[in-house]
Amino acid sequence: MIKMDNIRKVYNTGKIEVEALRGLDLHIKKGEFITVIGPSGSGKSTLMNIMGCLDKPTTGEYRLNGKSIKQLNDNELSELRNHEIGFVFQNFNLLPYASAYENVEMPLLFAGVGGKMRKRKVEYILNKVGLSDRMDHRPNELSGGQKQRVAIARALVNDPNIILADEPTGNLDSHSGKEIMELFVNLWKEGNTIVMITHDPRAKDYTDNLVNITDGCIV
Amino acid sequence: MIIKNIIQILRELTKQKLRTFLTLFGIFWGTTSVILLLSFGMAVKANTSKTMHGMGEQICIIWAGRTSISYGGFPKGRNLSWYNDDAQYLKDNVQLIDDISPQYSRHVSVNVGSKKQYFSVNAVWPDFKEMRNMVPREGSRFLNPLDQEKRRRVVFIGNEVEKTMFGEEDAVGKIMYIGGTPFTVIGVIIKKEQDGSYNGRDKDAIFMPTSTYLGIYGDRFVDNMVVRAKDVNKTEEMKHAIINAMAKKYRFSPEDEQALPIWDTTEMDQFLNTFFNGFTIFLGIVGVMTLIVGGIGIANIMYVIVEERTSEIGVKRAIGAKKRLILFQYLVETFIIASVGSISGFLFSLLLMFAINKAPIEDFVGVLKFNPTIAFTSILIISAITFVAGWGPAKRASTLDPVVAING
Repeated sequence: MIKMDNIRKVYNTGKIEVEALRGLDLHIKKGEFITVIGPSGSGKSTLMNIMGCLDKPTTGEYRLNGKSIKQLNDNELSELRNHEIGFVFQNFNLLPYASAYENVEMPLLFAGVGGKMRKRKVEYILNKVGLSDRMDHRPNELSGGQKQRVAIARALVNDPNIILADEPTGNLDSHSGKEIMELFVNLWKEGNTIVMITHDPRAKDYTDNLVNITDGCIV
Repeated sequence: MIIKNIIQILRELTKQKLRTFLTLFGIFWGTTSVILLLSFGMAVKANTSKTMHGMGEQICIIWAGRTSISYGGFPKGRNLSWYNDDAQYLKDNVQLIDDISPQYSRHVSVNVGSKKQYFSVNAVWPDFKEMRNMVPREGSRFLNPLDQEKRRRVVFIGNEVEKTMFGEEDAVGKIMYIGGTPFTVIGVIIKKEQDGSYNGRDKDAIFMPTSTYLGIYGDRFVDNMVVRAKDVNKTEEMKHAIINAMAKKYRFSPEDEQALPIWDTTEMDQFLNTFFNGFTIFLGIVGVMTLIVGGIGIANIMYVIVEERTSEIGVKRAIGAKKRLILFQYLVETFIIASVGSISGFLFSLLLMFAINKAPIEDFVGVLKFNPTIAFTSILIISAITFVAGWGPAKRASTLDPVVAING
């Protein structure tokens, strides 16, 4: 599903060049649950951004579902993010003025899904993450764990091929964190492909597939 | 897709009530003040023009003066007088004259029933009506050539004369004793604004045919003459022709400025035109300045909106919003704010105009009129400024790097 070969990413900040990724190879098969660990500044987030098509590698070949993203323009990348990838962020990144329902509905709006279909999908997915009774609540009326569930629902609503989660439990207390981890494990068991950046040591309990990044390389 | 997006935008706008309200209010207020400002300007201009023309439009008043240059054997300091036939003489000899009327006047006691009062009684030709804006009230008329020819004892009176002598009654057809002679009132002047005058206000005066007047009082000399050119642009030439004709007849120097004093109201018109052109330009500049200030405000707010919603834009981009969608969203937002703000401002200015017109300040500013050109131009300019002000931030929002944007 994901084939990354010899990925390099260089940031140019003024005169200093920072090499965030140095020739990284990573292959992920459908249905895998990969946990990426590593100290801060090791290039985890850069890897995530490239994997999520938010950023392009400086050199190297990235194929998502056999499609090379190098030739894609901004619109095509947007569509790819919309259809193929589901993002879950550490700080949830929900729209504060929109209800849970509206937040989850948004990717479907961007995808141009019709009204009835949207309603069905949003309700189904919110039900799945256990928030069918919180649909009309705004983010500030939800607990941290509930917010993250909304974010996960938003990531799932367009049936992506891969879910990218960047420290999804980083802002949660241990109880909610555990629940969210369990939710991810359930999603994985249902056949979803998940890549998760985490510091959470419990991640080891859920998956053996650890990728350790240090200084822009997998060790 | 587009409709869904607009619904989405409306939803976002209504969710952020305070911000939307403040932005809307800025544009609303800008529109209201510009429309009101320009309407006030137009009203003052129209009002001044109207009252200035209360006395008459594009006319010259001619008096008899005193020579200041010795000429043709006569010493200087000779008093001149115009006779009854001089008006006809000028009309026959000066082609540029369109209308002319001699004017006699004296104060005479007037009786109606037991009421007695002195009024200025004037004798004029029927041509006087057009030149001096003597508009008769409905159901009445001014002096006509037949009155003149038949020396009828009829009078056309000012509205204040009617009020003083007849109270609330309609004077038309009633008898009024002027110097003991009965006259029939044939007309009453409509109420008019009049700033300029040379012989009292028309509302306080009584007018009768010269033939009747001369039959009673037998004045030798005309007090003044009122004349109007066929072409207003040839007023200057007409004045020269009149002076030359009279100088020839009464043997004074055509160069003598004091022999035949003329009050040319067209000079005032020219001054007023110049003044009001300047005034209009001034109002226009004030209006544009106001709009620019408004525009800066809008740009500022739009910039802040983009700024504070950077991470939101990043998230939207991450979950699949295309650049043009973000651009579109911000432009539509700007457009909605601009149109709702300016249209409600326009409606509010109409309401204010209505209210202001009820206030007793009509004599100073005139009547505020809805002017579609002003309203349309203001709304158009406000919208254009809003759009231009919104474009930069919107463009910026759409080109933000999603990675940078998400992290705010």
